[in-house]
Amino acid sequence: MKQQTVDDLVEKRLRLESSPHIKSAFTTSKAMYCVIIALVPCIVSAIVFFGFYQLVVILTCVLFAVATEYIVKKVRKQNLTISDGSAALTGLLLALTLPPNYPLYACAIGSIFAIFIGKEIFGGLGFNIFNPALLGRAFLQASFPVETTTWVNPKAIPEAITSATPLAHFKFDRVLTDVSNLFLGNISGSLGETSALAILLGGIFLVIIGVINWEIPVSMIVGMIVFEGILFLIDPTKFAHPLFHILSGGFLFGAIFMATDWVTSPLTKKGMWIFGILISLLIVIIRNFGGLPEGVMYAILLMNAVTPLINKYTVPKIFGEGK
Amino acid sequence: MAKVNKLSYEFLKGLWDQNPILKQILGMCPTLAVTVSVINGIAMALATTFVLVFSSFLISIIRKLIPNQVRIASFIVVIATFVTVVDYVMRALFPEMSKLLGPFIPLIVVNCIILGRAEGFASKNNPFRSLLDALGMGTGFLISLLVLSSIRELLSSGTILGFQILPKGTPQLLVMILPAGAFITLGLLFGAANLYTLVRERKEKEVIITKYINT
Repeated sequence: MKQQTVDDLVEKRLRLESSPHIKSAFTTSKAMYCVIIALVPCIVSAIVFFGFYQLVVILTCVLFAVATEYIVKKVRKQNLTISDGSAALTGLLLALTLPPNYPLYACAIGSIFAIFIGKEIFGGLGFNIFNPALLGRAFLQASFPVETTTWVNPKAIPEAITSATPLAHFKFDRVLTDVSNLFLGNISGSLGETSALAILLGGIFLVIIGVINWEIPVSMIVGMIVFEGILFLIDPTKFAHPLFHILSGGFLFGAIFMATDWVTSPLTKKGMWIFGILISLLIVIIRNFGGLPEGVMYAILLMNAVTPLINKYTVPKIFGEGK
Repeated sequence: MAKVNKLSYEFLKGLWDQNPILKQILGMCPTLAVTVSVINGIAMALATTFVLVFSSFLISIIRKLIPNQVRIASFIVVIATFVTVVDYVMRALFPEMSKLLGPFIPLIVVNCIILGRAEGFASKNNPFRSLLDALGMGTGFLISLLVLSSIRELLSSGTILGFQILPKGTPQLLVMILPAGAFITLGLLFGAANLYTLVRERKEKEVIITKYINT
């Protein structure tokens, strides 16, 4: 007779599954694919403005993210969760935060880091503290500072090969970029972040079908208008107007696709407002007073760390609890 | 329990079972700060081991003379004496290494491993056992720093002890010489150490349970 092992015993009697046990037809994987669909305009704008090579960058990131997830799940003997699309989405989001013409080996390293350290180390989807894609981006920024801050002009402007982003241009040269260019995306920047139009299209789609809450993006924009508005009113020559800051850099992309991550953002409406406004405050501080021209990534990562605390203090009052 | 009382175990426990870095999680400050390159890690570990061995030995000799109320202060005085010796010797003989390690040599005074062994072991055991314990802990510290600094140096510049290991042109992760790289590497090392212990324990238990089920 075959010897019984502990695993056999557990297999027979228990079937382990994490909550919730009540299921809706709108599953996590459907939400993930909705976000991927919402990112299509950003992918198209990246290819239109920066060329077909960006598609290779995106595919590399997605491929390595999915492969890392596959290997980790195999080694840990857990259920394969690749079909839920979360790993592919992380790779896609990471790719869209990278500068154009990014070296492929760095894409691979960033994706592996994002999935392995950012997500699987904590226990997989739903357990991560930080947004995995942003963590991968932060790792790449620290690992390859030169490659990660080399920006390329969109193809429409052929004379310059490399150029500063609008934020860097403003911070170091005091040149304000045209709002219409910022809106359409005809500027240098990361793959997915340049075109405000494409991001807003995806964002509105996500809000309408209910994948993301409108509170976080709106509170971030409100926060940016208030804080940057105050600075702009104090000294218009030194600080740019709020609209410039909303449309430039990764602000909109972060607000709609990064800060709204289900796992790493607060659960309550009140918490979401606090979360969004504090992200904006951090962005305003980093962009205006910090050494770097852009701070959306660090602002969101820092607030991810605060999310459990926000959740703790914004627990809704139980009905009939009294004061 | 038989294993615990053996003299050889006093030395061997520092290597793995009670490794100061991987198991006791002591002395994190020098561990994270100086392991940028292998040579720094070795120098730091040797300096710490020197202080650890001599202070443990001396404290163990005078352990019955020290009044209980002022024992920590007395330990620190002994430790500080040996740290001063190391500091001046390094400044005279290896001025470059001394500059590289900077404030971390004087900071050995407050290294938790040394005070921890003095309080936890040397003040309760005879000098010979204390000496073995300190040597074991020092070696364990050296091994951990060696592993940590090797990984960091290899990934940040492709070299170990200055010798080219990875082929030139391999992407170099600058993050590994930054504090973030130290935290990530150390965290993964802790994870690997815990995983090893877990798997070993699980296997032992499984053998017992399998035997039980099949009888």
